[in-house]
Amino acid sequence: MSAAAKRPLSPHLQIYKPQLTSFTSISHRASGVFLSLGSLLLAVWLYALAFDSSLYITITDAVQSTVGWLALLAWSAAFYYHLLNGVRHLVWDAGYGFELKNAYRSGYAVLVGAAVLTAITWLYVCYGSVL
Amino acid sequence: MKLESALGKARGLGSAKSGVHHWWMQRVTAIAMIGLSIWFVISLLTLPSLRQDDATRWLQEPHNTMLFLVMMVVMLYHSRLGLQVVIEDYIHNKAAKVTSLIALYFVNIAAMIIVAYSILSIGLG
Repeated sequence: MSAAAKRPLSPHLQIYKPQLTSFTSISHRASGVFLSLGSLLLAVWLYALAFDSSLYITITDAVQSTVGWLALLAWSAAFYYHLLNGVRHLVWDAGYGFELKNAYRSGYAVLVGAAVLTAITWLYVCYGSVL
Repeated sequence: MKLESALGKARGLGSAKSGVHHWWMQRVTAIAMIGLSIWFVISLLTLPSLRQDDATRWLQEPHNTMLFLVMMVVMLYHSRLGLQVVIEDYIHNKAAKVTSLIALYFVNIAAMIIVAYSILSIGLG
C-alpha cells in the first residue's frame, strides 16, 4: 500500500446523519438521471410518431400496462420534484435562502409541492378534472 | 494576501473564464426549461388523446413544432450537462470516466438528431 493510500480519510457518507438538505440534494441528481432516461424514451416516441406506426402502437400499449402507468407516475413525480427543487437551486444561486431555517422550509415546500402537483396531474388524467 | 499567481495577476483574468461556461449554461437551460416544460405538460394533458393521428395533428401546429423542437434540444443539452457532472463525480477510473463521457456525448447528439429530424418531418410533412 502506498503512503498516499494510507492517509486518513474524511468521514464518509454513511457516518453522517441523513438530513432533509442532503436528501433533497442527492434526490435532485437522482431525479435528473431518471428524467434523462425519460428524455431518450421521448426521442424514441417522437421517432415512432414520425416514421413507425407499429412501434408507436407498441409504445402506446406498453404505456397503458400497469408497469407503464407506474413508470409514468414515477416520471411525473420526478419531473415536478426536479422542477421545483431546480427553482430552489436557482434562488440559492441568486444568493437567497441559505439560512438553515429557510433551507429546511424550502426543502419541505418542494417535497409537498411535488406531491401535490403529481396528485393534481393524475386526478386530472384519471377523472378529466381535478375535483 | 491575494490568492493569485503572478501570471494570473498579470493577465488579470482570475481563474474563472471559460471555466464557468458549463455552470452558466446549466442555469440558462434550467431557466428555459421552467417555461418550456410547463408548456409541454399542459399540452400533453389537454391533448384529445395520445393516438398517432391526434398527436401528429397537434405537433403539426407550427407553434407546437417549434416549441417542441426547442424544448427537446434544450432538455437534451441540460441533461448532458447534468449527466456529465454525475459521471465526473462518481466514476473514478480514468479510462471508464473518459469512455462514459464520450458515450454520453454520442448518445446525446444522436438523440438530438433523431428528435430534430422526427419533429421537422411531422411539422413539414
